[in-house]
Amino acid sequence: MWGGNMRSKSAVTLAGVSALALYSSMAVGSKYNLPEPQSVIAKDIYDQHIMLLWICLAIFIGVFGVMFYSVLKHRKSLGYKAANFHHSTTVEIIWTVIPCLILVVMAYPATKTVIAMKDTSSPDMTIKATGYQWMWGYDYLQGEGEGISFYSKLSTPSAQIENKAPKGENYLLEVDNRVVVPVGKKVRVILTANDVIHAWWVPALGIKQDAVPGFIRDTWFTAEKPGIYRGQCAELCGKDHGFMPIVVEAMEAGEYSKWVAAQSASAVKTSMHVEK
Amino acid sequence: MAAVHGDAHGHEHDDHHPSGIMRWITTTNHKDIGTMYLWFSFAMFLTGGTLALGIRAELFQPGIQILQPELFNQFTTLHGLIMVFGAIMPAFVGFANWQVPLMIGAPDMAFARMNNWSFWLLIPAATLLVSSFFVPGGAAAGGWTFYPPLSTQGGLGVDLMIFAVHILGASSIMGSINIITTILNMRAPGMTLMKMPMFVWTWLITAYLLVLVMPVLAGTVTMLLTDRHFGTSFFNAAGGGDPVMFQHIFWFFGHPEVYIMILPSFGIVSEVIPTFSRKPLFGYSSMVYATASIAILSCVVWAHHMFTAGMPTVGQLFFMYATMLIAVPTGVKVFNWTATMWQGSMSFETPMLFAIGFIFLFVIGGFSGVICAIVPIDIQVQDTYYVIAHFHYVLVSGSLFALFAGAYYWIPKWTGRMYNETLGKTHFWLSMFFFNLTFFVQHFLGLAGMPRRIPDYNLQFADFNMISSIGAFGFGLTQLLFLYVMINCIRSGEKAPQKPWDGATTLEWTHLPTPAPYHSFEKPPVIQ
Repeated sequence: MWGGNMRSKSAVTLAGVSALALYSSMAVGSKYNLPEPQSVIAKDIYDQHIMLLWICLAIFIGVFGVMFYSVLKHRKSLGYKAANFHHSTTVEIIWTVIPCLILVVMAYPATKTVIAMKDTSSPDMTIKATGYQWMWGYDYLQGEGEGISFYSKLSTPSAQIENKAPKGENYLLEVDNRVVVPVGKKVRVILTANDVIHAWWVPALGIKQDAVPGFIRDTWFTAEKPGIYRGQCAELCGKDHGFMPIVVEAMEAGEYSKWVAAQSASAVKTSMHVEK
Repeated sequence: MAAVHGDAHGHEHDDHHPSGIMRWITTTNHKDIGTMYLWFSFAMFLTGGTLALGIRAELFQPGIQILQPELFNQFTTLHGLIMVFGAIMPAFVGFANWQVPLMIGAPDMAFARMNNWSFWLLIPAATLLVSSFFVPGGAAAGGWTFYPPLSTQGGLGVDLMIFAVHILGASSIMGSINIITTILNMRAPGMTLMKMPMFVWTWLITAYLLVLVMPVLAGTVTMLLTDRHFGTSFFNAAGGGDPVMFQHIFWFFGHPEVYIMILPSFGIVSEVIPTFSRKPLFGYSSMVYATASIAILSCVVWAHHMFTAGMPTVGQLFFMYATMLIAVPTGVKVFNWTATMWQGSMSFETPMLFAIGFIFLFVIGGFSGVICAIVPIDIQVQDTYYVIAHFHYVLVSGSLFALFAGAYYWIPKWTGRMYNETLGKTHFWLSMFFFNLTFFVQHFLGLAGMPRRIPDYNLQFADFNMISSIGAFGFGLTQLLFLYVMINCIRSGEKAPQKPWDGATTLEWTHLPTPAPYHSFEKPPVIQ
């Protein structure tokens, strides 16, 4: 009864597996992988993720190659008689030790990256980000631009969210005031929150750090190229959790100085805006 | 075998029980209680599934269409709570109730009346959870992990959730004490610990984990309650508390909880694979040790859920290494299952299909687990759809698929009837297809930067969200087929022989008629 169905079942399995393979190939090099890394840390993360994928794929093919060979050949319907072995200490030791070695290979580069990403010492400038329900506040604490302070809110019009207007390219990922930083400078970000826990996440820069009310956390990044890097709040923070994006704009040093000058000129206006 | 038959006939009057609803309210019979657990959990599974479909309907397209953000958050929160505490956990307790006494040759559970109580506690708890949608302010909306201060902000719904968790915890603790006592004291003569079926072993270890961590959960929700209403500041920095302390306590419960939901599935799969391979389980003792090591390791890895919460470098490294280590015993299990199948004489009835499907997809979930364990990568994928994909691969195609395998495997013994094999296989293949359609693409959504728990998203995520939603509806509808197969089996399935699976070796198949009589093993069988 089963034997007759065997071929069609294998075909179904094959179709399933190739669908998965198709998905995967669609993802490689597209927007469905990690975003193109824009900092040293993000680059490390990207490379380690790819390395792990290859290791996992190799193990996957090894294990399921054996299993599916067995599924195809060692069938009752083919008259295969069951063997009766039920343990082998040697084999069991081997397949305990080998995974340990693979884990060491994975852990070594990860450990170096962890140590690097936790090193927030001697920054060129420091920015404090404060999470609010539901926007971000930024204070430039140290370095060029010290004293600049503003809020950063979602600028996508609500008509787009309510489907009354066509959605733009940066739908839900655009803000009124961007965090502007100079390229090539180590920026330390200090995080806290005013009400509940938020998380400050910019994928292309490889940083995500929770902002905890009443406590200070820190992290750092160095943007390598000028550009606009978008992220979102990554910790559920209530009703508008999905609507408090983060936009970082990295500029060449000269441009950045101009931006700082412009900000200082309008400082009075900004602080009035804040009071309101 | 014959002796047991005779025994069952000799005591027919023992089958007396009240009829109608009173039978179920007053029952102390492990089979009745197991049945109620299983129906309850399936009802909760459909409830939680309906919430999931609400979520997927909202996410079908960018923009807000069906659920306003606040209600969306309530849906995600209650979906998680109901599936974890209402569907998966009680389903495994249902299996334990039915199978532990049958597999160790015991007449019933050790504490029969407490068994009744631990089931009936589930009903008020579930009522509190579901009814919280209808109180002012709606249900809890802080995620199933209900982190303060967000959950300190919520309304009455959060209090209902806290009480529901208390009651569910009490029920779980009673259930596990019962299971531990039954296994340790009521095994048939000759059944030493190392002769116990693997399902019994995994439940013994799971029950110890439950007794260890459920009180911790009760403690943390109590602190949340007193923070909300009695002026304490456990999790409030303004009063000297720390919101992150909640996360440490919660995940000290929460990570073992993950293994509470997967270890019994390892047990079910370790029964099904040898039966349909017609070959003994490979490496029985290393399976036992692997299960125990997973349980022990699961208690020292909790902070890997908090890599972005802020912790010292040494802390991150410790929790990364400890988490990665879990891959070793888990790998041993997968290799053992493969070696069990190797050179077996396999057939592929529905339980076996679900067991193989389990291994295949659980391994994918295991791989993404290792990837999440690597701190730098976790920094990127934490709180994104990647994590959603990861834990649905271990919870749906892990725990749930194993539950399906177990249900198809044991339903003949429970009801005396066979299910429809063609429909069972259809259920498997449709589940397999739609599950992957739903969740595989979510890996890419997470990598590309879509956070979890958001009701709306940027256009770049639109195509895979649509695919995922289509898959979710297909998966949901497929589970109605499972309901049909089971009802059809109970009502009008063909009569099952005593041992429909020729490779089965455990006591319920070798020593009991089909269906298992209302009172079984009144005289314990003797194991050589």
